[in-house]
Amino acid sequence: MADKKNDIDETSGIETTGHNWDGIKELNNPLPRWWLWCFYLTIIWGVGYTIAYPAWPMITGATSGVLGYSTRAEVAQDIARFDEQNSALETALADADLTTLAENEELHRYAVAGGAAVFRAQCSQCHGSGAAGATGYPNLLDDDWLWGGDIENIAYTIRHGVRNETDFDARWSEMPAFGDILERDEIDGVVQHVLAISGQDHDAELAATGAEVFYDQCSACHAEDGVGNRDLGAPNLTDAIWLYGSDVAALTETVRNARFGIMPPWGERLGEADTKAVAAYVHQLGGGE
Amino acid sequence: MSETPQPLYAPQEPIFPRRVTGFFRTFKWWIMAVTLGIYYLTPWIRWDRGPALPDQAVLVDLANRRFYFFWIEIWPHEFYFVAGLLIMAGLGLFLFTSALGRVWCGYACPQTVWTDLFILVERWIEGDRNARVRLWNAKWDVKKWRLRLTKWIVWLVIAVATGGAWVFYFTDAPTLLRDLLAFEAPIIAYTTIAVLTATTFLFGGFMREQVCIYMCPWPRIQGAMMDDDTLTVGYREWRGEPRGKKHDDTTGDCIDCMACVNVCPMGIDIRDGQQMECITCALCIDACDDIMARIGKDRGLIDYLALADEPRERAGNPPRPIWHHILRTRTVIYTTLWSLIGALLIFALFIRSDIDLTVEPVRNPTFTTLSDGSIRNTYLVRLRNKLGEPREFRISLRSDALLRLELEGSDQRIITVAPDSTTQQRVYVIARPQDPAASIDRTDLRLWVEDVNSDARASRDTSFNGKANP
Repeated sequence: MADKKNDIDETSGIETTGHNWDGIKELNNPLPRWWLWCFYLTIIWGVGYTIAYPAWPMITGATSGVLGYSTRAEVAQDIARFDEQNSALETALADADLTTLAENEELHRYAVAGGAAVFRAQCSQCHGSGAAGATGYPNLLDDDWLWGGDIENIAYTIRHGVRNETDFDARWSEMPAFGDILERDEIDGVVQHVLAISGQDHDAELAATGAEVFYDQCSACHAEDGVGNRDLGAPNLTDAIWLYGSDVAALTETVRNARFGIMPPWGERLGEADTKAVAAYVHQLGGGE
Repeated sequence: MSETPQPLYAPQEPIFPRRVTGFFRTFKWWIMAVTLGIYYLTPWIRWDRGPALPDQAVLVDLANRRFYFFWIEIWPHEFYFVAGLLIMAGLGLFLFTSALGRVWCGYACPQTVWTDLFILVERWIEGDRNARVRLWNAKWDVKKWRLRLTKWIVWLVIAVATGGAWVFYFTDAPTLLRDLLAFEAPIIAYTTIAVLTATTFLFGGFMREQVCIYMCPWPRIQGAMMDDDTLTVGYREWRGEPRGKKHDDTTGDCIDCMACVNVCPMGIDIRDGQQMECITCALCIDACDDIMARIGKDRGLIDYLALADEPRERAGNPPRPIWHHILRTRTVIYTTLWSLIGALLIFALFIRSDIDLTVEPVRNPTFTTLSDGSIRNTYLVRLRNKLGEPREFRISLRSDALLRLELEGSDQRIITVAPDSTTQQRVYVIARPQDPAASIDRTDLRLWVEDVNSDARASRDTSFNGKANP
């Protein structure tokens, strides 16, 4: 392999290793020694690191490391730190009077930001991530409220829910299924009357007969002119907002079989501060009264 | 087959640069004084920005995400200024390298400046080259220990000051200095100082040329920017050779006094030609000029040369003038690009508004139907007030269609923004059911914000979704 010792390459003036492959020679440019020491140092560092920190995979887990470091503990520490940082605001929010919350700018901002996070985690499944709702699940952005849209009413609804059997104080009302009470043509008349009072295309003759039925059967809750009653959660039938749709089929279905939307109570699950936070968040989405 | 095993690892050859005086050395002392002065003193310059803002002239406020540079305040969304400056720094480096070779390395690189400073200390404590060589070879007796320890302590003080100066750029300097001395500063400050102290001490005191040769990528990149017209430090071999102590017609000007080798901080012989290790610090030029003056020869046996001039000089002609080498296509291109970006940045700085507006249309849902059948769109408006005082902005809407503007939580159309901060406001645009904007797909509109008390204003274009929006 090597033909002679200390062969010097002519072009570069550098000693070769003596290795020669078909005339191609290898120059010997030795690495600096400190580079080698750095390499050894990284090995020592690496071994030390695996002893100090969790590293080697075992059957049921990994070696825990002598420093006892854990990313999970670090997260828990961070959360505790933020809880500590926010504890003053959190207490203030739990004790806050909702009607005057907006006057305290810092607390209001904290409540809205926190409420947005809770809303996304707990409320968006039914009401949608943008709070626009869906058929049967109210849109929280508009100015139409079944149970009232000021911040305290919103907080009450969140705290106790609607028509659930777990909370004694839940919002409650139950529309009868008129399919068992009214004749088919009476139902058709009521539907046409509702179309009429909400300003939609309708059959005037049927609507006229429906008006009498409406007065007898529906006005107790929905009021004579159909604007509804928030104390009973009876929707306003004269506006442009319909939870279950406003066509003949949807209205007929509602009258015959009634609707029974349920919302669970959140007061205990969320706690006082988070309940108020969600109320503050929902209140500032555009429909708050 | 058998041979003596060749070493695969080379020990660091000690280098003992001799003291030198001359034009370039003086120039380098000045550069060192100016650059170190800027580095150490800048954090202590005060600049009054009013009560709400820090009064440090140069401050990288990471916690509040601001960069202050005298009268300029950069917000995170204006990071393109920093990017622009970095590109200019890069192009500037290209320009200087293509024109003058490794001037950055030889004169301005922190590694060179601090190494120079450390060598100055070394010479001051242990003596010049010969004394240092003797000390190196001497046994570790009391005198050697005393000199070495003194030197290391002074180095360490410089290193601590270096790391210490760095942290002052990131928070109020006088406060931090008090906290540091009272051991009340954040742990990250002490850690940063410790790391920079260690690297300064090690790189300036012990690693020196090894950093340039083995650690820095710049010498390897520079080859791409240099050509035959680049001025680099070189040896006029045609004038110097054959070298020799004799002083007659058979020898050249080089008397082989080794002055150029002895002053070299990289430990090379420039007479071997251009080599990767050479940082073009020009100290060998000073050393050789000094010798040439003493033996009554012209200066410039070692000098800034362009390789392109070699044939002319060999033929006995004078080199072409310097501007001839510097003014060439690539330097002109680099200069043009550099100036262009610089001009753009200055332009951007002047047209920069002291308010900043972003409008984010809420598209979840695309619109909301209200109880009277109106169609409402929501917009998140973010307003930045870059001044040190609170300001009131009037928000208004311009559109060909009939649209109404409302603000969440307010009957007014005024948004108040605290000093030097950002406010987010939900803004509603509403179309009545009978107006076309409620029914059609999209309507263009422009949101304006105007400072109530000045003529500052800004606008953003956005669009309104009607019921026909899919």
